[in-house]
Amino acid sequence: MTHPAKLVCRNLWKLYGAIPSQMLDSQQFSPTDDELKKLGVIGAVKHADLEIEAGEIFVIMGLSGSGKSTLVRLLSGLIEPTMGEISIDGQDMLKMSERELIELRRHKMGMVFQHFALLPHLTVLQNVAFPLSIQGQRKSAAEARALEVIELVGLKGREGYFPRELSGGQQQRVGIARSLAVEPEIWFLDEPFSALDPLIRREMQDEFLRLQGMLKKTIVFITHDFDEAIRLADRIAIMKDGHIIQIATPEELVLNPADDYVQEFTRHVPRDKVLSVGAVMEAGADGGGEGIPASTKIYEVASQVVAAGKPLKVIDENGQAVGAIDAQRVIDVLVGNGA
Amino acid sequence: MARVSPKSMIWLGLFALTWLLATFGQGWLEAAGMGWAMQYPDAWVIPLKDSISAAMIWLVEEASFGLFTFTEFTRGISWMIEQPYNLARALLAEGFVEGHGRRAVQLVPPFSWIAVMAGVVALGHYARDWLLAAIVGAAFLYLAVFGQWESAMVTLASVVIAVPIGVAGGLLLGITAYRHPSFERILKPILDLMQTIPIFAYLVPILFMFGFGPVSALVATVIYAMPPMVRITTMALHAVDPEIKDFGVMSGCTRRQMTWRVLVPSARASLVVGVNQVIMLSLNMVIIASMIGAGGLGFDVLSALRRLNIGGGFEAGIAIVILAVAIDRLSQAFAQRATTFTPPPKGDTWIKRHPRSVIVLAILLVSYGVGLILPAVQTYPDAATLTTGKFWDNGVKYLNINFYDQFEAVKLFFLQGFLLPVKRFFLGIPWVWAIAMVTAIGWTFGGWKLALMNLLMAGFIAATGMWEKAMITVYLCGTSVVIASVIGIPLGVLAAVNERAGRIIGVLIDTLQTLPSFVYLIPVVMLFRIGDFTAMVAIVLYAVVPAVRYAAHGVRSVSPELIEAGVVSGCTKRQLLSRIRLPLALPEILLGLNQTIMLALSMLVITALVGTRDLGQEVYIALTKADTGRGLVAGFAIAFIAIIADRIITASARSARVRYGLESANG
Ligand SMILES: Nc1ncnc2c1ncn2[C@@H]1O[C@H](COP(=O)(O)OP(=O)(O)OP(=O)(O)O)[C@@H](O)[C@H]1O
Ligand SMILES: [Mg+2]
Repeated sequence: MTHPAKLVCRNLWKLYGAIPSQMLDSQQFSPTDDELKKLGVIGAVKHADLEIEAGEIFVIMGLSGSGKSTLVRLLSGLIEPTMGEISIDGQDMLKMSERELIELRRHKMGMVFQHFALLPHLTVLQNVAFPLSIQGQRKSAAEARALEVIELVGLKGREGYFPRELSGGQQQRVGIARSLAVEPEIWFLDEPFSALDPLIRREMQDEFLRLQGMLKKTIVFITHDFDEAIRLADRIAIMKDGHIIQIATPEELVLNPADDYVQEFTRHVPRDKVLSVGAVMEAGADGGGEGIPASTKIYEVASQVVAAGKPLKVIDENGQAVGAIDAQRVIDVLVGNGA
Repeated sequence: MARVSPKSMIWLGLFALTWLLATFGQGWLEAAGMGWAMQYPDAWVIPLKDSISAAMIWLVEEASFGLFTFTEFTRGISWMIEQPYNLARALLAEGFVEGHGRRAVQLVPPFSWIAVMAGVVALGHYARDWLLAAIVGAAFLYLAVFGQWESAMVTLASVVIAVPIGVAGGLLLGITAYRHPSFERILKPILDLMQTIPIFAYLVPILFMFGFGPVSALVATVIYAMPPMVRITTMALHAVDPEIKDFGVMSGCTRRQMTWRVLVPSARASLVVGVNQVIMLSLNMVIIASMIGAGGLGFDVLSALRRLNIGGGFEAGIAIVILAVAIDRLSQAFAQRATTFTPPPKGDTWIKRHPRSVIVLAILLVSYGVGLILPAVQTYPDAATLTTGKFWDNGVKYLNINFYDQFEAVKLFFLQGFLLPVKRFFLGIPWVWAIAMVTAIGWTFGGWKLALMNLLMAGFIAATGMWEKAMITVYLCGTSVVIASVIGIPLGVLAAVNERAGRIIGVLIDTLQTLPSFVYLIPVVMLFRIGDFTAMVAIVLYAVVPAVRYAAHGVRSVSPELIEAGVVSGCTKRQLLSRIRLPLALPEILLGLNQTIMLALSMLVITALVGTRDLGQEVYIALTKADTGRGLVAGFAIAFIAIIADRIITASARSARVRYGLESANG
């Protein structure tokens, strides 16, 4: 299952501060952290390489100040990189004219903000219709489309409210509706749920997964919450001090953390929800039963395996037996003894 | 005075020397054959006035931008301002007339007074509630009943034109400054300078370019009222949440859409504050603008003052205040309304959605029709007006007859005990010595840059032959500022430490501030007649506000931790004040002093009306003669005094802040 890369960046750098020009001109631009420190330059994003595939949820994750927002602002063209390349659908974004960039944003990109960024003087309906009316759509058409997305995010009946009359969760629903109104292909979300309290946050995550199930956008999602990351992500990029340390599926991160920093993140993860049967089974062994698909998460079959009292057969997507899983392995995962 | 630092010893010595020079210097210098150091010799005066006048004449008569001449340019601007102004004036005050002078025939009358009343009441109700509607209605009713209607409508017409121009101009300049930092870098020092240059410094050139009349008045008003709008716009746009800006970019806004559909609406709350400022400043200019041709209430006050018609001046003055209060309340209510986002009216027809507009329109038409038959509906009948002029005249007469001696005694006491000695002192200092002193002060507080600036500015004043008048200005402002501080700072401190007193003083200060500066002159002239003392009292009344306000703010904003530290170490209340609060509030108090000086200087041209002999008088004479060179040179001299004072005080406030560790030395 290889998708075409939708959004690609190569050797992407964003530095803040006075950078000596001969350093920028040099062929091998790759200053070390120490060199940057000596120059008094802040490296917000350093040497980022990414390939984001069409239709995937790509989560960027890291502690505060690790450069997540800067990276996403680079990818969305809000700021210009110090160095590097970005291409979208194979087109070089840095070579685009002002006009082309505007067209790109009007039709291909949508963004959701941490603090919602709703326009205070517009109603819910007007806020959602705003990006459409910016494109010059007629008011009636824009509002009809806006009503559709408002209904989609479950805010029907509140079109006439002003943002300050809504709760935080509702405001973010407006932000989501607004970003979806133009039917973007790439959807950027910068910590969209961080400003919400935990219960609402979970609800919004479910809502988000429901929407993505229907819409299948290419998504770049930022969070500093690892639980959120593994709940939502197809792949996760972990950032630290401007570097991308590891890009992997949640399961790979748990199984093979690149370093202690990553491992620290994964320590408190409910492993039975991340690991799949395929990663835990004894490969090549025989087992009974009808066969459990290898991609099933452990928590879904834990009680079944334990109750069976014998190894159960594991099959791949073609129905071929690939191994077996027994109660001991499941229990090891549940109590956290290795993989 | 147990220990005096060597530095203060030097300053004390210098001051003593100055005093000696001021008292005996004339004799000594003349004996030494150095009379030139005392009196700036006429032969040395640079004829800058004449050069400027000549340049202005060249500008008006010959200058050309290629496609059009300078005069065509100013005429063009005049024409653009005149059209809407004439319309507003016709609608509100004069009607549409055919012909001129005595043969003029009114084709269509202006809005009837009943219609205007209905309009403002509806505005009040729309902006807030029935209470505001009643307040505004009462204010306008007052104008009608007390016979000020027509003048008030002329004034209103100019405000109605000046405010939108000021707001739009300020908004555009502010937006440009926001978008182009290089433009902001040019604009900012100009705005700073405008704040230190008293208004009337630019009255004369405006008069010369646009001629005596409402257009000049409007131009002056707009120039005066616009700078805060520019500042607030730039600031408000910078303060828009960066996320909102990002959102604008991400929705694919063009620059224009970004400005007008994202930034400006998001900054609405701050922008309306700017609009409010423009309105208040425009009203403040009403009387001064009448010096260069605005009619209406301002002109009534001015001409009454010139004829020393106390009653008439007072009535028109109160009318200005009432108009100002009504407009201020309305604009405040609109400002609040604009930030609380009321949903749009519901209803299926335009008539249902706009009930107030419909009613006002109906009243307008009906009153027009009925007015043709019943003149009282069109114009408030003269017979039904009341006048308080006699009352005030009689009141003044009564006071003057019964308390003449007391007033005279107060006046004499101040004149002889304070004003005259100070005047003699300033006039007695040899100009060479004074310039040296100003330069030395600049050196101590601000290094060689400030020293050089002071030297050049003070030198300019001497070289243009303005020295004596400048010294009278300094003396008049100086004494007023001292008295304003002596009254204002303790009041401010009291307001800060005592809550109840604070509230009363707050109300008092707010009221003083909404009054146009001229109004102060009237009662003072009534009691003390013309002269330096009257000028001083008027200046003090006008300039005391910032002294109070900054002192109160300074004392209030001393960090509570420091106060607690004082309490814990056993300070009495008095010690808390003298050891902790006052010293820490000093920088703020100094800034207040700065503002006080600026306001005092800007009152000068007004006090010229009561016969002072200073730079203000010089500007005033230049105004009446439309002598640009003379007016500009005097204006510059005043501006330079203002700038010298401003820079010295700002520098010393900074060094005080550094001393208390509130700011780093190189920050
Ligand atoms: N405009 C700027 N000027 C200078 N430094 C900046 C600028 N923007 C970001 N930085 C620096 O770049 C680094 C990365 O910031 P960034 O906002 O990308 O972090 P983040 O991971 O999004 O953090 P958070 O979770 O707090 O949002 C920080 O050290 C920040 O101080
Ligand atoms: Mg961030």
